[in-house]
Amino acid sequence: MRYGAEILVYLKEGVLDTQGKAVAASLTRLGYDDPSVRVGKYIRVEIEASDIDSAKETFDKMCKDLLVNAIVEDYTVKVEELR
Amino acid sequence: MNVAVVVFPGSNCDRDVVKAIKYATGDEAALVWHGETELPGETDLVVLPGGFSYGDYLRCGAMAHTAPIMADVKRHADRGGLVLGICNGFQVLTESKMLPGALLVNRDLAFICRPIEISVERDDTAFTSGYEKGQVITIPIAHYEGRYHLPENELELLEERGQVAFRYSGGNPNGALNDIAGIYNEGGNVLGMMPHPERYSDRAVGGDDGLPVWLSIKRWIERTGA
Repeated sequence: MRYGAEILVYLKEGVLDTQGKAVAASLTRLGYDDPSVRVGKYIRVEIEASDIDSAKETFDKMCKDLLVNAIVEDYTVKVEELR
Repeated sequence: MNVAVVVFPGSNCDRDVVKAIKYATGDEAALVWHGETELPGETDLVVLPGGFSYGDYLRCGAMAHTAPIMADVKRHADRGGLVLGICNGFQVLTESKMLPGALLVNRDLAFICRPIEISVERDDTAFTSGYEKGQVITIPIAHYEGRYHLPENELELLEERGQVAFRYSGGNPNGALNDIAGIYNEGGNVLGMMPHPERYSDRAVGGDDGLPVWLSIKRWIERTGA
């Protein structure tokens, strides 16, 4: 079976997000009142796996092995079964 | 001394390192392609040069840790061999977990390329015996992602263990915690630094405050045989 994952990677709370701050400043210039912005990454991965649990396990391992730097980043993974 | 300079796709300071070592010590450094699985025999020092390994895709230095040569670089370090990561090389060392922490986008979101003052925190290591403790030297930086970060409790440990190698002295250019410009691993045989000593190794190109790095390493290897 084929599974897809939407992986969102973002800086941990407490880690200064310079891009988020710059974007927030631009939004403020456009007239939006005091927005708080965090900028992250979207990563789409598809794999073959025997079932959804093993797919989730593999996606999680991919995050720990390469996709996410746990020192400064957090992440969420949304898994779906593909046709 | 036998030096291996690892070349990743996107490395662009590799030849500068080779030239600086030749100029400083007379020794020829070997360029080693990232796809190799073994360092040349008798390698004393491995240099991970500056540049943009794998285009800095995903995160700077992240993908380089999957390069075939890196397993042998780790073995070399685990044996106590010397490893020097400069700029992108520093990022590769943190991503490989050979050094603690991470390097984030500069505080002011600007690429900074200019000579900068740093203080030498220790003069008893393989890399810095040619300096004096507390000496302020001028070496160029050239980076967009050089803001050193480590969780607070680990940062305290890093300081207690004396693992800080260099600190920004005339102002902090990138927002690095504790003004950190370079750090050692616990054994002191792995050094990562954002400033580029190879770019200031010959007075003809602006300065030679980086020269003692190469001379320190050479002297250390000759003395210890490590």
